[in-house]
Amino acid sequence: MNSVPKALKYSKTHEWVREEEDLITVGITDHAQCMLGDLVYIELPDIEVTLEAGQECAVVESVKAAADIYSPISGEVVEINESLLDNPQLVNEDPYGKGWLFRLRPFENDLAGLLSADAYSKQVASEAH
Amino acid sequence: MPFIPHTEQDIKEMLAVIGETSIEALFDEIDDHLKIKKPLSLPPQLTEMELSRFMQERAQKDLAGLCYIGAGAYEHHIPAAVFDIASRGEWMTAYTPYQAEASQGTLQLLFEYQTMMSSLMSLDSSNASLYDGASALAEAILMAVRLSKQNQLSRIFIPRTVHPHYRDVVRAITQQQGIELVEVPYDVKTGQISVTELKTLAKEGMTALVIPQPNFFGILEEVDLLTDWAHAAKAKVIAVVNPMAMALLKPPGQWGTMGADIACGEGQPLGVPLASGGPYYGFLCCKQEWIRQLPGRVVGRTIDLSGKPGFVLTLQAREQHIRRAKATSNICTNQGWLVTASVIYMSLLGPNGLRQAALTSHHHTSLLRESLATIKGVRIPFQAPFFHELVVQFDLPVDVVLTELMRYHIQAGFNLRKTYPELGEALLICVTETKSPDDLQVLAKSLCDVLKKCVAVVSAADHSGSQ
Amino acid sequence: MSKLIFEQSRQGRSAAAQCPHTASYSPSIPSHLLRQDTPLLPEVSELQVVRHYTHLSQQNFSIDTHFYPLGSCTMKYNPRGVHRLAALEGFLKRHPLSLDEASQGFMACAYELQELLKEVTGMKAVSLTPMAGAQGEFAGVAMIRAYHASRQDMLRDEMLVPDAAHGTNPATAAQCGYRVREVSTDSNGNVAIEALRAAVGPHTAGIMLTNPSTLGVFEQHIQEIADIVHEAGGLLYYDGANLNAILGKVLPSQMGFDVMHMNLHKTFATPHGGGGPGGGPVAVNDRLIPFLPIPRVTKRGDTYHWLTAEDCPHSIGRLSAFMGNAGILLRAYMYARLLGKEGMQRVAEFATLNANYLLARLKQAGFTLAYPNRRATHEFIVTLKNEAKTLTIHALDVAKRLLDYHMHAPTMYFPLLVPECLLIEPTETECKETLDAFVDAMVQIIEEARHHPTLLKDAPHHLPVRRLDEVKAARELNLVYRAKFNDDVS
Repeated sequence: MNSVPKALKYSKTHEWVREEEDLITVGITDHAQCMLGDLVYIELPDIEVTLEAGQECAVVESVKAAADIYSPISGEVVEINESLLDNPQLVNEDPYGKGWLFRLRPFENDLAGLLSADAYSKQVASEAH
Repeated sequence: MPFIPHTEQDIKEMLAVIGETSIEALFDEIDDHLKIKKPLSLPPQLTEMELSRFMQERAQKDLAGLCYIGAGAYEHHIPAAVFDIASRGEWMTAYTPYQAEASQGTLQLLFEYQTMMSSLMSLDSSNASLYDGASALAEAILMAVRLSKQNQLSRIFIPRTVHPHYRDVVRAITQQQGIELVEVPYDVKTGQISVTELKTLAKEGMTALVIPQPNFFGILEEVDLLTDWAHAAKAKVIAVVNPMAMALLKPPGQWGTMGADIACGEGQPLGVPLASGGPYYGFLCCKQEWIRQLPGRVVGRTIDLSGKPGFVLTLQAREQHIRRAKATSNICTNQGWLVTASVIYMSLLGPNGLRQAALTSHHHTSLLRESLATIKGVRIPFQAPFFHELVVQFDLPVDVVLTELMRYHIQAGFNLRKTYPELGEALLICVTETKSPDDLQVLAKSLCDVLKKCVAVVSAADHSGSQ
Repeated sequence: MSKLIFEQSRQGRSAAAQCPHTASYSPSIPSHLLRQDTPLLPEVSELQVVRHYTHLSQQNFSIDTHFYPLGSCTMKYNPRGVHRLAALEGFLKRHPLSLDEASQGFMACAYELQELLKEVTGMKAVSLTPMAGAQGEFAGVAMIRAYHASRQDMLRDEMLVPDAAHGTNPATAAQCGYRVREVSTDSNGNVAIEALRAAVGPHTAGIMLTNPSTLGVFEQHIQEIADIVHEAGGLLYYDGANLNAILGKVLPSQMGFDVMHMNLHKTFATPHGGGGPGGGPVAVNDRLIPFLPIPRVTKRGDTYHWLTAEDCPHSIGRLSAFMGNAGILLRAYMYARLLGKEGMQRVAEFATLNANYLLARLKQAGFTLAYPNRRATHEFIVTLKNEAKTLTIHALDVAKRLLDYHMHAPTMYFPLLVPECLLIEPTETECKETLDAFVDAMVQIIEEARHHPTLLKDAPHHLPVRRLDEVKAARELNLVYRAKFNDDVS
């Protein structure tokens, strides 16, 4: 069973969101990294780019699949996890920690549209059938 | 039945296992009215013997003597070993190396190819081939557009000194995506890209500049100057080159201060026969930093379970079978078998042999140029360094000259009347190492005869014919 | 692996018989345009080259050496006679820009091939120039675009593609500037009609379909699909990847298709060459003829002529520098002549017989079919989802183990819709004994999975290399030989 930390919020497209003072951090879930397999390349957004909620903003690649990452909320990219460029496996090894993708300064502090850990777990369970 | 091994007994047994009594029953999910009712109107079956005789007669019709046509497809000597080895069933009847462990031959060969081609271009990386030179140029342009996504603009500068068919193909492929192609005129004295015109046109912005070397006229472009100028204007540089010439000429990766960003072209001169225009193969090389936008298959070296080195297809997430609508290209099948021939060819010639083949071609072209310059009624319009082709002009219609020379079993060149009407009655002649100095004398003498004869025939007109 | 050719190189060695005698020439070219360094090409003898590439060839599976049931790739026998005749001097030496009077032999073959392909597809005109299936798709979709544009019907910006389609379909539509809209598949492997109805509209430029589909079943609602798309003003594109299943049996024109490509390297038995060349001629019905790519061959009286831009002002243009993969066209033409009328009608029949026989035998041996209620066409899908659960082996493991049994693996993990799938296409040129041996191998492998699963997990065991690390290859890109860098690895 893949882990789904209670403290985080989730998107239907398998991103997680962590609130940190005035910034939010975005990554992909343990379930998502598990489905993709060993990641070999990650393309991150440019810093200072502004993103709409739901906008494609990054790509994660394994040897057999590639997946687009959608921004869970709208905001400005203020930091990206540059260590992933040389070590994409950090996402596999530590999806909620060292494997974070980017940080946003949100335009509105509104995460209401996102899923709770329970709701996300239910969605994952229903996709399996 | 040709190539179908089934005996009556086999068919009976197989149908019994399936649980049917006729092959026709296997098509019962297809609506009857969709099926072909009346026999197809096709010629009757031939045996291999009958086909051989028939095809020999057809092939005979196309034997037309010494060929001085170049224009993008070049006759070079191909060592016997090239197609003896490349025609082994293990090369020819394998498919794309999806099962790496069962395809180490193909994969290692492609790795060797990537090494040879990127070294020949003096760039970091190469893909495993595209269809041909023209489509490779189109892919290179699409790649340059992807690399410049930030600038809204897609304005590609493509000189008129690029092969006219290549420009047609580029137009057909890139117009689907609304990419603007800007044609850059050439200098009528040198046959090189007109730098003055280029600078004027570029004022409205430029995404990439295509630089041919040698250009379609066989003339060498001032590649260092053009590359540095384009980079200063923040444009990408796409080299479209004859790969054999790169054994002799400065390769794209060394042009100017930074080198070209992408190099592409036609692989045919490296061991592939003329063969009516194909199959050839396109090559595409780039700097390492652009590799994620490179279209086509790429082979990488890795290790197996026991730590032994081996090869696999890699970077596949760029490709259509994974990325689908977002792939770098729709290409799937490429031209692997021709790459096989080419790798064997390059190995046999080695760095010195390849340079010598290029140099001999160039040298023999120089000889022909000198001797044609002395013929009354022949003009050489472009005064600039050249590789192994030259443009000559006549006072007489080129098509008449060509038809007359056919009587001497000579195909003298490519008629430029349609594609470059401003050059008048002009012919593009190519000389490679396959033509001896004696052959060149025969060409010069035959041309002399033909011109004299035609002048006599077309005597109504007034021909000054001065050099 | 074998030593790389570069590792066999010794400075000063050469295959001297292949080098022109020109050491003394000096080029009349300014030095700033000349190359100063030496490219990394090997310095080896002719024998070394011959031995190296002969040896490398022996590390390949191929049709000539192995059963190769690679679904959707139609790996049938490539007649040797055809290959030899395509290399007749008159064909090999003909320059693509030779005058028409010096080209009548080749042009006659090209013209007759156009006519043959019209007959077997029921279409009205053919262009031979696309160099592979994907380029044929490009030509077809570009023609659809040109057609709508010629009618000032500019709103159509969407191409429909079934979710089971080959990746080339959506990639082509995107390359032609279309938005791709996926249409789902129903439980029998047909296009979901309701989903299609919901998807079509004034934005629909067309639909790209393979029939039989990539799921190895015949699309039963093809006429309804054609009606729905045509009524919406769109056109139907036929991806000829699976034409072998219906060659001589069903005409794509009869199914309602407006435009299609053929894969000569599949259906017309030209060699696959370790990845290519292919051949992807396009065929169209009346309304798309003006848009066909150039050049094409026409016949006036007894002579053949090229149709070029002047003759075809509405053409989508040129797709290759010359005439596409001419040598492949010659081979396909000769294959068609060897089959003749009688043989052509048998292709689909025996391809289908072989596939259904293999399906029946695998089913009897306990394998699960993806579409158990359907006939196989020329190919079919086995799913190993049960084995994945009970034996914790995957389609990949079975595929790799098959290599140890000297059989090429079927296509695996495609189409993506079916979990743990193997797409199996035997082709009509295989004999019953080979098919039986394949079934025996599959049964044996599942037996091994029960008792010695590592035999599968670590397979292959008897090939030049063991299972290769693709993740390492992608993370640590090593794409060219560099003397120092590579010595560390080996």
